[in-house]
Order: sequence, then C-alpha cells, then structure tokens
Amino acid sequence: MATIAAEQPAEHRRAAVVRTAAERVGMLVLVLAALWGLWEGYRWLWIHEGWTWPFTVDSTTMPHIHDILRQLFRKPTSGVGGDILLVQLLHAAWFTAKEAIVGFALGASFGFLLGVALSQFRLLQRGLLPYVVASQTVPILAVAPIVVVYLGSLHVAPWFSVAVIASYLTFFPVTINTLRGLQSTNRQALELMRSYAAGRLSVLWKLRIPAALPYIFSALKVSATASIVGAIIGEAPSSIQQGLGGFIVNFNQYYSLNPENLWATNLIAALLGIAFFLVIVLVEAIVVRRAPEHVA
Amino acid sequence: MSVVEIKDVAKRFDGGTVALEGIELAIEEREFVSLIGPSGCGKSTLLRIIGDLIRPTAGTVRVNGKPAAQARTDRDYGIIFQDAVLYDWRTIARNISLPLELARWNRRRRNERVQEMLRLVELTGFEGHYPWQLSGGMQQRVSIARALSFDPSLLLMDEPFGALDEMTRERLNLELLRIWEASGSTVVFVTHSIAEAVFLSTRVVVMSPRPGRISHVIPIDLPYPRTAAIREDPHFFELVTNVREALHLGSDLDRKPAAPAAAEAQP
Repeated sequence: MATIAAEQPAEHRRAAVVRTAAERVGMLVLVLAALWGLWEGYRWLWIHEGWTWPFTVDSTTMPHIHDILRQLFRKPTSGVGGDILLVQLLHAAWFTAKEAIVGFALGASFGFLLGVALSQFRLLQRGLLPYVVASQTVPILAVAPIVVVYLGSLHVAPWFSVAVIASYLTFFPVTINTLRGLQSTNRQALELMRSYAAGRLSVLWKLRIPAALPYIFSALKVSATASIVGAIIGEAPSSIQQGLGGFIVNFNQYYSLNPENLWATNLIAALLGIAFFLVIVLVEAIVVRRAPEHVA
Repeated sequence: MSVVEIKDVAKRFDGGTVALEGIELAIEEREFVSLIGPSGCGKSTLLRIIGDLIRPTAGTVRVNGKPAAQARTDRDYGIIFQDAVLYDWRTIARNISLPLELARWNRRRRNERVQEMLRLVELTGFEGHYPWQLSGGMQQRVSIARALSFDPSLLLMDEPFGALDEMTRERLNLELLRIWEASGSTVVFVTHSIAEAVFLSTRVVVMSPRPGRISHVIPIDLPYPRTAAIREDPHFFELVTNVREALHLGSDLDRKPAAPAAAEAQP
C-alpha cells in the first residue's frame, strides 16, 4: 500500500493534499460553530429555565461570545494604554511567548539531557527518578516566588526568572518520555548494532535517539503548552505587568465589572498555546521520517 | 581452518531450560549450512551464539580461528533476521551504509560501496526511498545488502525469508545463491522449511528439541549453480525425504505419540 502511494503521480498527490487541507478547514469551521452553539445554547437554556446548578448563568459568568469578540476591538476602561484590547493582548502574548520560548528551550534541553543520562546510568535512574517525579508534585505556585527571589538576588532580569519557572513545567514530560523512548528500542535493532561492534555512543546516537524521537515529540507537544502555562503563572510573583499573566491578574480584579476582558485574554492565551503546539507538529513532520501509519 | 568451529557447546537459560547440549559442528570456508528443526530445538540460539549475541553456558565457539567475541568486534560476520530491521528514519542507501559508518569508512568509499551493493541485490534506483516504501521482499534484500556491505567472511541468517510469501521466497532463494556465489562468503542459515534447506545448502544440520541437539548432518550433493528446475529433480525429492525422515526420527512426537493424540484416535 505504501509502495502504491509512493508511485502515484505528483498531480494526484497535490490534489489529495488540497482535498485534505479543505477537509481540515471545513472541520475547523464546523468544530468552532459547534462550540459556539454549545456555549450559547447552554447559556440560553439555563437562563430561560432559571437553573442555578452548577452555577447561575448570567452575563457575568458566561458573557455572549460576540460580546467577548467585540471587546477585543474596544479600548478597555480598566487596564492600561490607549490601544484596543486586541492590540494590547497581542503585545502581551508576544511578551509571554518570549518567556515561554526561552523556558521551553531550557526545559526541553535539560529534560532531554536528563532523560539520556538516566537511561545510560541505571544507578542514577534508581537514585534520581523518584525526585524527578517528586519535583512535579510541588505546586508551581509555591516554587515560583522562590525562583523569583533567588534569581532576583543574582540580578537576573525578571522575565528570565519567569522563563526558568516555565522550564520547570517543561522538562518533566520530556525527561520521562525520552527515558521511555530510549528504553523501548527494538531488540533486534540493538543486536544488529552489537554485530557491527558499535560503541555505546554510536548506539545512542545512531539508533536509540532516532528511534525515541516519536516519544520525545509527543512530550514536546505537551511541554510546549505547559511552558505557556508556566510563563503566565510565573508572571504574577515576578510582578511582571506586560505579559498575559499581568493582564489576567488585572482583569481578574475587575471581573464583575468587565468579564469580557478576562474571557478575551483567555482566548488569546489559548490561541498562543495552539500556535506553540502547531510549531512542534510542524517541526516533527520535518524531522521525523516515519511510515505514514506510524506517525502519531 | 574452519570458519566456524563449535566444541561441546551448551546453553542453559536462566529459568533452567536447557536450550542446547553437546553441540559439535565445524563449518568450512564457502559452505552453505542450514540449521533445521522444530520450534524449540535451539537453532536460533545456536546462530546467536556463533554471532556472540549471547554467550554459551559451556563449550567454545571459534570464528575464523578467533573466539566468537573477538570475531564480532572484528566485524567478521553479517547478520540477517526474519524481519529486515531497517531503520525507518534512514533512506535505503543510508541503511546499507550504516555498518560502513560504524567502521569509519569515508563518504566516497561508502557511496561507491552502496551503489555496488544495490546492484548486487538489484535495487539500483531505490537509494533515496525509505524502508516503508518498499515491499517485504525488497526490504529483506536491503538487509542482505547491508549485511554484505562490509564484506564479512561469514553470513548468519535467521529465517530470513520466513515472513515472505512462497513465490517471493523462491525467487529470493535463487537470488541468495547467486549472491553467495558472487561474494564468496560462508553462510549459516536457520530455516523451518525442508525444501528451502535442501535447495540452498551444501549441508543440512538437523536438530532435535529438549534439549537442543544435532541429530543428523546430511550432505546435499546437488550441483551448483542450482536453478528452479532442481526443485523437480528426483534426487532433490530424495534428499528432501531424507531430511524429513531425519527430522521425524529426532522428534519425540513420532517416537512415542503424545497421550491426547492417541486418545483422539480411539473413538
């Protein structure tokens, strides 16, 4: 089947690509419409019936979606600056994205190296892995201020402290999946390497790591979005106002007056997360060469 | 000097299973020796011991006059499994050149060698393809090319065509003989198929299970080069019959029928 697909003429394949792209766009529109319908339908039903469980529905708890969208193009009464909310939020998103990218790069590199080290040294794995797991049971909200204070005393820029906090959420899935991927190498592929008298490093570099890439990429997808959550959470104790975290804290205080502001911010934060995720998917498609049926 | 010299080899697995016992076998240069026997007779285990992928519990294995471990680090043998075990992320050319990279050949020599190997297995033009774009038979030819790329004196094959359909298998048998004659290497070939063993080999080593032993060694005196027509030769059938009888003599099932089978026959 794979051979047949490879032998198809180029124009057939291009047509197929266009068709799948159209299908995806159609699907996206459909899903968005369905979500909109669910939100507005739920809202209408609860208000109409006067239901109060699990919470009372009104314009404060569930503003209209079109009100949220309209808010994006207004100048916020609460908050800062003279731009419309969308422009302010995009600036904030870019600021947070920079923290998240640095945090992601730090966390993913550290996580990968830690995973490789744990896979190569059994003793290290047994000794260290429980603490790696424990590190994630400590709430990030408890760790964040400590990191800010420590790094602040070293005269590190506050945004970098935020990046470090983001990396704290990033590294863990990468470590665990790298370790798992490196340990699930095909036995015969390893025997083959043994028959070529390959050294430990060659086995790692030419077999174990490439074979682990699908595992590593599924971790990177989780981590990419986690790094944004980390950056947003890290902005609060660092008193950083320019990022999405600052906007969230601010809009939170004025929620009862202007709930649309917070919802609009959430929307932008979610879009940022999706953008990060898609970048990883794109990189994976370029880097990982696999049979079509093996790509997650 | 024998290419492979096995003296009193035994293998006991951790659970206490005796996989092999009292194995004595010498394989001469340019021989094509098949190991055949029912499941659990230890034929694959014996192949792995020759290749130093596992260590025997007792006895010695020498390859090219050296201990098996030394022969392995000297890259004296190429191994081929039932699955092609190609690396998905490498093109066909880069799969074939993997052992050459590990042996630190330079790029120019590697490329030349890859082209030569592709010609040998008749896959010229496929160097840029990925393994999953090839059929099972083509993948197995790539794995043969990879095993031969660094010109090992010994080829270890563990049921290499076991997963392929009958027609592909017969075609690859012919191709393997051609490659064997061209490369001048010695082959140890594990198989389930009596006809395949007789068709390919200079000698067929029949093994019996529990514990794994060599029960018969049958020389195959059919002339080379062998063609598909040999499969219809009366002498071919005679040899196939010899191997089949040797297999049945060596198996417990035929000497004393198992109880359930006997009970089934009664009513």
